[in-house]
Amino acid sequence: MATAVDSRDGHADAFAIAAIIVLGAFFALWGAANATDRAFAIQMWTALTAFLVGGVMLTHQLGRGAVAAVTRYQDGVVKAGVIASMFWGVAGFVVGLVIALQLAFPDIFYFPDFGWTNFGRLRPLHTSAVIFAFGGNVLIATSFYVVQRTCRARLAGGLWPWFVFWGYNFFIVLAGTGYLLGITAGREYAEPPWYADIWLTLVWVVYLLVFLATIWRRQEKHIYVANWFYLAFIVTVALLHIVNNIAIPVSLSGWYSYSLFSGVQDALTQWWYGHNAVGFFLTAGFLGIMYYFIPKRADRPVYSYRLSIIHFWALIFLYIWAGPHHLHYTALPQWAQTLGATFSIMLWMPSWGGMINGLMTLSGAWDKLRTDPVLRMLVVSVAFYGMSTFEGPVMSIRAVNSLSHYTDWTIGHVHSGALGWVGFVSFGALYCLVPWLWKRERLHSNALVEWHFWLSTIGIVLYITSMWISGVMEGLMLRAYNEFGFLQYAFIETVDAKVLLNIIRALGGGLFAVGALVMAYNLWRTATGSAPAHERASDVPAQPAAVAAE
Amino acid sequence: MWSFHRWFERHSLILLIGILVVVSIGGLVQITPLFFIESTIERVEGVRPYTPLELAGRQIYIREGCYTCHSQMIRPLRDEVERYGHYSLAAESMYDHPFQWGSKRTGPDLARVGGRYSDEWHRAHLDDPRSMVPGSIMPPYRFLARAELDASRMQDHLRVNRILRVPYTDVQQANAVIDARAQAEPNGDAAYDFEQRYPGAVVRDFDGDPARVTEMDALIAYLQMLGAGVDFSTYQAEAPENQR
Amino acid sequence: MSYEQSAHFAETWGLGLLALCFAGAVLYALWPGNGEKFKHAARAALDDGGEDGQ
Repeated sequence: MATAVDSRDGHADAFAIAAIIVLGAFFALWGAANATDRAFAIQMWTALTAFLVGGVMLTHQLGRGAVAAVTRYQDGVVKAGVIASMFWGVAGFVVGLVIALQLAFPDIFYFPDFGWTNFGRLRPLHTSAVIFAFGGNVLIATSFYVVQRTCRARLAGGLWPWFVFWGYNFFIVLAGTGYLLGITAGREYAEPPWYADIWLTLVWVVYLLVFLATIWRRQEKHIYVANWFYLAFIVTVALLHIVNNIAIPVSLSGWYSYSLFSGVQDALTQWWYGHNAVGFFLTAGFLGIMYYFIPKRADRPVYSYRLSIIHFWALIFLYIWAGPHHLHYTALPQWAQTLGATFSIMLWMPSWGGMINGLMTLSGAWDKLRTDPVLRMLVVSVAFYGMSTFEGPVMSIRAVNSLSHYTDWTIGHVHSGALGWVGFVSFGALYCLVPWLWKRERLHSNALVEWHFWLSTIGIVLYITSMWISGVMEGLMLRAYNEFGFLQYAFIETVDAKVLLNIIRALGGGLFAVGALVMAYNLWRTATGSAPAHERASDVPAQPAAVAAE
Repeated sequence: MWSFHRWFERHSLILLIGILVVVSIGGLVQITPLFFIESTIERVEGVRPYTPLELAGRQIYIREGCYTCHSQMIRPLRDEVERYGHYSLAAESMYDHPFQWGSKRTGPDLARVGGRYSDEWHRAHLDDPRSMVPGSIMPPYRFLARAELDASRMQDHLRVNRILRVPYTDVQQANAVIDARAQAEPNGDAAYDFEQRYPGAVVRDFDGDPARVTEMDALIAYLQMLGAGVDFSTYQAEAPENQR
Repeated sequence: MSYEQSAHFAETWGLGLLALCFAGAVLYALWPGNGEKFKHAARAALDDGGEDGQ
């Protein structure tokens, strides 16, 4: 497949993509014309516009003829991924700040006449924007970068990688605008409607094939371990996505659908999906980043390659079982709850094995942490990984869970993983990638990276401590009894007690968002201008002589 | 050379298959047992499929993302049972496609909110939550009272539910659109027939606006039936099939 | 197959099979003969043979 497509005499890839665009546009037009509700009609007009733009871009691409001398690596799509990551990151953090403010100041940030400004619709927008839009673009961009370098092979599939990039971002736009219109499948982190799910399945299968075909072209005998993690991420997410989203639409020209499963089965399937979205999207994928970017940036091979293999298998063996810890004390049969908790606790070991492997990669190069804030960001991300993978198993213990579940503690836990681990490891990778891709000697400003680092770190600390205190407090209040044996507090009293903590949380989230803006500015200046001359030579990352030689 | 290449390809495929096997066995082993549905769900009486109006209300509940702040799953812990009522049973959500158990209580659990407050209270609360509960951080849902309920596709909704084995009858499906209005119009012509078709369901003008059937009607109708169905006098928690 | 049977299968054979597979993976990782290979593989991330080079 790969060879045939890549020699640009045949345009098989372009024709196939054109066919997808035509079919998509046709369906969108039909849907818009027959829409059973206004929200669906808007979605279909959006889709039609997107397909038309896609068609124009494709034509333009073909019009340029046999494109330029084929460079060794296909980096255009990685650059696009980096830009999209930064854009969605800032957008997602800002929406997060807005909903944090809504909880802190309910009278200021609510608009009674506009349903789409309510927390219930913005919250899925926030979670999807940060997880799928920001995280997903980071994963696509870095996986395309890493697989080429470690396989010493150009990305396979001609225009298909571009299809993956634009197709994925089209999915994001469709889902995100849908949430505002009130379109949702009603299950956390699996909220996109049925037609978006089908589209994502197509994009994802192409993603898998592009990734595999690139591996098939490799010049290296062994497949580097980072690619194992990426592959597990891509394959498992495909499986989870398909199984969890099986649904029957009420009409092909309406957005509403009914999940195939109901009640307790639906709950188990959903949290099997939900927890493994954490395990394979937010962990395995980003571990792929860790295993490439930390060694690269520190210029040290990974501490123990053997440990990385055990880390990999142990992680995927155990993670897939852990979902039911989200359903402690519910109507789920108890054996499934126990199984979930047991595996969650076992999961602590491979997680810390991976953390140790990441941290120890720096042995002999610890001094670099002082001079290279990007490396420090990567390392701190691994520390946060260790912290939240310790907290997670603790929270999966039934007794702890009975207190923590349904409270802000969970929110704090999620954000220590999301902001600390996923956020920082992504930031580190993006800080590495921009100078490498845009052929700059260094970042525009290391001082701004320091600012970003400290703003975000303080933001995270404020966020997770306030949510931890808030969660434990409300958990204890809700189970408190007075001396007469009656419940001591009404629910609303716990809400009143959390006002200050909600404000601190919003402040923490705000600092994190400001940090991301600083980063966006820094990366933009790095890509567009030349780096200032006063930076020390030692700040230059250990990146190939090839750049200088150019 | 070629054969070498082939071998490498197979090598990555072996990796791929390994991942798939590990991941799907884990999932299958854990999930499949629950799909022997009869044995996962207790025997209780009183759980019935939603009426068309309640089903429409449930769609609004999902659309507005209520599940992001409210759970519908009472755990068998002393404080929860005293605060919210009997712990939730699997059977109570057996017609819920999708389930709405939730994962976070920014607001209280709603699994048994049905009948706890009057329609008027819900109306005022949805219109301006802080007018009823000072200190609440819930957003207002005033616009629901102005939005006419679109129940025109209700037959299709029931049809799909039947495919998913929710036991609606032919008659219920055929009258779905009429029934959606009938439940909110106590003085209407169809109210009597509706009550025959859905024994146990209540007919009221939920939103206090007799002229129209609004989204507010539907949402309140849904909220008012939550958890009200199960007849706990017939539920035997100690029975072996309920001890899982 | 009933609920009890499948749950029992999950708790015994299912778990056992996975433990066995995992032991295989650990064995592969720790097998002395693979040491050289891994040493080479660990360098793969570092020497990526130039950027636009040929």
